[in-house]
Formats: sequence, C-alpha cells, structure tokens
Amino acid sequence: MVASEIDRIYRQDSRRIFATLIRLLGDFERAEEALHEAFRAAVEKWPTEGLPQNPVAWLVSAGRFKSIDKQRREQRFEHLEDRPDVSEALADQAPAPDDVEELEDDRLRLVFTCCHPALAPDAQVALTLREVCGLATEEIAAAYLTPAPTIAQRIVRAKAKIRDANIPYQVPSRDELPERLESVLRVVYLVFNEGYSASSGDSATRADLSGEAIRLARLIVELIPEPEAQGLLALMLLHESRRETRATPDGELILLDEQDRSRWNRALIAEGATLTRAAFESQRLGPYSIQAAIAAVHAEAPSAADTDWREIVGLYDLLLRLTPSPVIALNRAVAITMRDGPEAGLTVLDALLAEGELDNYQLAHAARADFCRRLGRDSEAREAYRRAIELTSQAPARRFLEKRLAALSKS
Amino acid sequence: MKYLCLVYLSPEEWTSAPDEACMACGNEMRASGHFITGTPLHPTHTATTVRVRNGRVTVTDGPFAETKEQLAGFYLIEARDLNEAIQLASKIPPAKFGSIEVRPTRELQVSTQQAAAAAAP
Repeated sequence: MVASEIDRIYRQDSRRIFATLIRLLGDFERAEEALHEAFRAAVEKWPTEGLPQNPVAWLVSAGRFKSIDKQRREQRFEHLEDRPDVSEALADQAPAPDDVEELEDDRLRLVFTCCHPALAPDAQVALTLREVCGLATEEIAAAYLTPAPTIAQRIVRAKAKIRDANIPYQVPSRDELPERLESVLRVVYLVFNEGYSASSGDSATRADLSGEAIRLARLIVELIPEPEAQGLLALMLLHESRRETRATPDGELILLDEQDRSRWNRALIAEGATLTRAAFESQRLGPYSIQAAIAAVHAEAPSAADTDWREIVGLYDLLLRLTPSPVIALNRAVAITMRDGPEAGLTVLDALLAEGELDNYQLAHAARADFCRRLGRDSEAREAYRRAIELTSQAPARRFLEKRLAALSKS
Repeated sequence: MKYLCLVYLSPEEWTSAPDEACMACGNEMRASGHFITGTPLHPTHTATTVRVRNGRVTVTDGPFAETKEQLAGFYLIEARDLNEAIQLASKIPPAKFGSIEVRPTRELQVSTQQAAAAAAP
C-alpha cells in the first residue's frame, strides 16, 4: 500500500517538490539529484515507519538534507581545490515550506525562470516541458520531431545561461509582470498548439502536450488571475472541446462546419465560456481573450449557419486593431463570407492577396478556392485549389483539398 | 554580480542620444550604487582588431564583426541578477535607438597564489 502511495505522490507532486528544491539548493542539477534521493529515502523508510503526516514537506526536507550532506562530504575531499562553492551562496536559507501555497509559488518561480525572455524561444519550450512538466528529453524530442541530443543540448545551454548570467529564481515584480507573463503565455500556447495541430508526430504524445499546456495555464490562472492568462486558458479549453471531432477515425480532416457538434465536450465549453466572460469583464482585453471569445461564439452555436457571424466579424475587427496580422485579416474575410456571402468575402480576400504577404500561405488560396467554388467560378476555384495543394505539406490537409478539386473537375 | 552593457548604434543614430543624457544616466546609476565604469567609444572606422595566431600578432583595420550596428560605448554595472541588469540597461538612453548587449562578467579562474600576487601592492 505504501508503495502505491509513494507512486501516487511521485506522479502528482514530484515537480512541485523539485521546484522547491531548486529554490532551496540554488541549482537545477542538485535539485534533480536531491529529488531522487528523497524518493529513495521514502521507499526505504515509509514501509516501516509509516507515512509521514505531510509527505510532501518530508520529501522536501529529506532531499535538501541529503544534498547538503553530500556537498559537505564532497568539500571535505576537495578541500585542496580553492574555488568557493557558488551554490552554497545561492541557496535559500529559509526552512522548507510546509504549506501548499508556498509550494505552488515555487512552481510559478520555475515557470518564469524557464520562460525567461533572455533564453532562446525554442529553449524556453524545451526547458519548460522538461523541468516544469517533467517530460523526458526523449518525449519532447518525439513530440517536436527533433533528435533527442538536439533537445538535450538546448536544455543544457539554457541551464548554463541561467547559471552564468544569474537569471533569478523569482516571480517578476508588478511592473515587469505584464511583459514577462506574455512570454510565459506564449510558451504555453506554443506547447498547446504543438499538441493540437495534426501536423506531425505520434498523436498520443501530442494530446499529452495539450494536456500539459492546459495544466500549466490552470496553475498560472490560479496564482496570477490576469485577464490574458484567463483568456489563454479559455481559448485552449474551447479548442480542446472539439479535439475528437476534427478528424475521421482514419485521419481525414473535418472542417468546423461539418463537425458533429453533439460530440463537442460541453463541460470544457462551459468552463471556457465562463473564463472568457471573466476576462472580458476586466476591461483589459488582450489577443488571447478575443480569440477565446471567437472560439466561444463558435462553440455555443447550434450549427455553422446559426452562428452569430456579425459578432465574429466584430471580434476579428477588434483583434485586428490590437494585433494587425494578415492571417487574422484572412480569418476575418472568411467570417465576412459567412455573414454577407462569398462575393463580399472574395472582395476583401483579393485586396489582402494583392498586398502579397499571404502569397505563400496555403489557407489563403484554399479560402479563395472555396469562395470561387461557391460563386460557381469553377476555373478560378480549380487554379486556387492547385496553388493551395502545392503549398500544403500536411497529408490530411492535402487529401482534403485534392478531394475538393476532384469534385469540382467532375461537375 | 557585474554586467557589461554594450551599447550598439547604427551610424545614422550615432548622435541620437545626447551626451548629457548618457552622463545623467551614468550619474544616476552611480548614485544608486550600480555604476562601476563606462565610456562612449569612437565610431568603428577608428577600430582595430587584434588577433594572435600561432604566436604571431596580426592586426587588422576595422571592427571584429561587420554589422549595421556598431559598438558605441559601454557601462560596467553591478546588479543583483540578470533582471536588475536588464532593467538598468533599458534606462541607457541609446537603448531607444540601437541595442544594448548585456553580458555577465566572470572572474579569471586562477590559483589563490596568483590571485594574491596580483592583489599585492
């Protein structure tokens, strides 16, 4: 029984314990080692001595004690070496925490350290997955289709920079928070999208990535209830609610208007919609909250036709004003087609395409093909489908476009 | 910890941050105990790069790297950690026109004897 309890604590709490050990020991490697030592001690002692009253606090103390003890022994053997021990100076002398809140603060410190903007963006992602979420290097490598040694090297370099440039282990101060939170949210959303997009890799690993991103966002919202953090969590929950309906069992793409809405996860939609409303009530709107609102309008509509497209176009206008981007403008053109018909949408889209930035973006050509098809302008539609297929590397998306093109050629 | 803040500016922006503002910035940092030393530099056409290869000293005209932005000066500052160093660097006037590279400094790794000898009067 004790063994399964230790197992459960390891799964549930080991990353929190790890985060606290980093603060107490001032070093990632020592903390990792101390974490394993602590669990080894638990496996040895708990079966005979029984479960401690507060197992997490016990493990933190044990890990810290073992590590300091080991450092002392090492120093005794290496007293001839005259370099001072840096980690001793960095280590926090405060007693090990025994309440949950403090442990969660340590996790948040770890998140902010791993997502520090002084680290390379791909290193932020790898480091967060490795240190905060506890994924193995091989798991990260599999999810990102990158060789494991490359991922390992990114992590090693990032840790070296944290140490050498003295990136602090702390939640940023109030005046730094908005900018730093943006960096954290960006990493969380990158992790989620990697898990959500069907671009590549093993689908089971990828669903796990989305799950990790949602767990991280929940932690952040709980400790920093900023509107954009709520907005991002809402956006991810609303996407996640449709995960099962986005493809057929054999991997064929199903577009939003053809998805089986009865299979959308209502609990996730309700939670996402509530969070979106909370973010909007703050009056401090950011791009994640607006995207969440768009996703919520879709999620709450009984069908594609019965969607409040006026509302969606309005939200895209707002988003475009806040973060001008040709991709958002393209989405707005699609919403205009739904609201006013394909002719109006095509006018907007062609003006966008004339600007040139979307020329190599397959979804712009796919949208043009679709608008032309609806208008009966078949030869233009065919041409746009061919251009979109040329630009698409994802197999399911290619097959989808090829099917549409074939249907058009027949008629 | 000491951080070196390297000020980079493109030739067009070279005089955008007035010397008075940079002097005031240094004085402010000195008053708060963060400033160790600093100086503006002449533009890169005055630069010489020195290399030693196989025991031979080679000297070439020009800066080490050809980039649009050139090293325009530096501040050596004392900061608690990288976050404080970034905050201080963001107040350096040319940060508005060019870029500030923040580098942690390090100690030379030498034996205690050599360090003591160097410190002796």
